[in-house]
Amino acid sequence: MMGHGGLFAALPEGRREALLAIAREVKYPVGSRIFEEGGRADRFWVVNTGTVALDLHVPGRRAAVIDTVGPGELLGWSWLFPPHHWHLGAQATGEVGAWEFGADSVRALCARDPELDHALLMYVSETIGKRLRSARTRLLDLYGPAGSGQLR
Amino acid sequence: MTDPPVPYRVLDTRPETADTVTFRLAPAGRALPPFAPGQFAMLYAFGVGEAPVSVAGILPDSGLMHTVRAVGAVSRALHRLRSGDVVGVRGPFGTGWDLPLAAGDDLLVVAGGIGLAPLRPLVQAVLAAPQGYGRLNVLVGARSPDDLLYREELGGWALPYCGVTVDRAGAGWPGRVGLVTALLDQARFSPAETTAFICGPEVMIRATARELLHRGVLPQRILISLERNMHCATGHCGHCQLGPLLLCRDGPVVGYDRAEHLLTVREL
Ligand SMILES: Cc1cc2nc3c(=O)[nH]c(=O)nc-3n(C[C@H](O)[C@H](O)[C@H](O)COP(=O)(O)OP(=O)(O)OC[C@H]3O[C@@H](n4cnc5c(N)ncnc54)[C@H](O)[C@@H]3O)c2cc1C
Repeated sequence: MMGHGGLFAALPEGRREALLAIAREVKYPVGSRIFEEGGRADRFWVVNTGTVALDLHVPGRRAAVIDTVGPGELLGWSWLFPPHHWHLGAQATGEVGAWEFGADSVRALCARDPELDHALLMYVSETIGKRLRSARTRLLDLYGPAGSGQLR
Repeated sequence: MTDPPVPYRVLDTRPETADTVTFRLAPAGRALPPFAPGQFAMLYAFGVGEAPVSVAGILPDSGLMHTVRAVGAVSRALHRLRSGDVVGVRGPFGTGWDLPLAAGDDLLVVAGGIGLAPLRPLVQAVLAAPQGYGRLNVLVGARSPDDLLYREELGGWALPYCGVTVDRAGAGWPGRVGLVTALLDQARFSPAETTAFICGPEVMIRATARELLHRGVLPQRILISLERNMHCATGHCGHCQLGPLLLCRDGPVVGYDRAEHLLTVREL
């Protein structure tokens, strides 16, 4: 069952422990950069506390924040797909605590455990779907003048 | 027959955002019957016309508070009101939020944009009698930080969870960016014992209601306010008809169990 309980709730019996065994607990102070657009995507995180802003660099301007990731949510999916580069940058907007997972270790674990592999893939796909829906809906500028619903 | 508007005097006005203002009204003579949270008034800007506007606050001595966003002729005229001006008021109209339905439940108040206005008196009513309910969560979505209503008041509400998210952030916004549904993961509620109150653009209402159903909230416990354009407010003209519902009379607040299939009907 996928859903709203976060990555660990989406995993089959016993896999939470297996995944946590290869995780590292990390902290990022306010304002620190977690990864940069174009950088090598060789890990991902599950945020425990704080919020991370995902941004896109726009030349001559401050980076535009286009989404945020909060407690319980997955940070980073570019590690799963070639060319394994981050599409966005990530910055801690508050003190962030997270579990960090190395992509190679997770891939090795999944190679031995197809059920975990499937559950993880489903969870990441669902997360990508949610973010796509969020971006598409915001394209409509629903709160714009007279709830326009016009594409921006 | 519709009753003629009753004169109310503007006590004061307060800008909320670049295009939205909040004003308080007091009866200039006879007072209208009491309004309940979720109900609306027809506000008549003399010489311009009339518009349905929710009660954003229910004040002592039959006073009313409204928050109006300037989008066209009538709302622009209301936006220009100054203290001492007189408007015509008809009402109260509509079904209002069914708060007794939520007794003992966790509450989810989900607002998008100007949709926070009709939810404000509901939050105040719950805060005034918290022992009657479970955990109160308020989730607010806005276009940008500059478009947030009742900013100071929101910060002062002592709630188990009060979250704000914006569609796009300017420089220095430390909060969330994204859809209001993304805040649900942080809200504190047990889906099977939750009543939700949602108001905002219809696309936002649908997305929120679907997400709540998916999480196990019962459809009849998802109350939505459908503020489609209306005209007479007395169920006569048919302007606000949605399937079998005349929203000015059978709404604006309706249960999602009744509204779900109507919301996906394409208009002709
Ligand atoms: C029950 C109810 C409660 C409302 N409460 C509030 C409130 O508390 N504060 C507030 O600012 N507004 C509220 N509205 C919306 C408000 O009534 C309209 O913005 C107003 O009637 C527009 O009239 P106008 O002459 O200013 O603009 P018009 O020239 O009539 O319209 C300007 C633009 O706004 C669009 N529009 C008009 N009415 C609506 C609507 N209901 N929904 C979406 N788009 C619309 C029109 O299609 C047009 O594009 C409420 C509406 C309803 C039905």
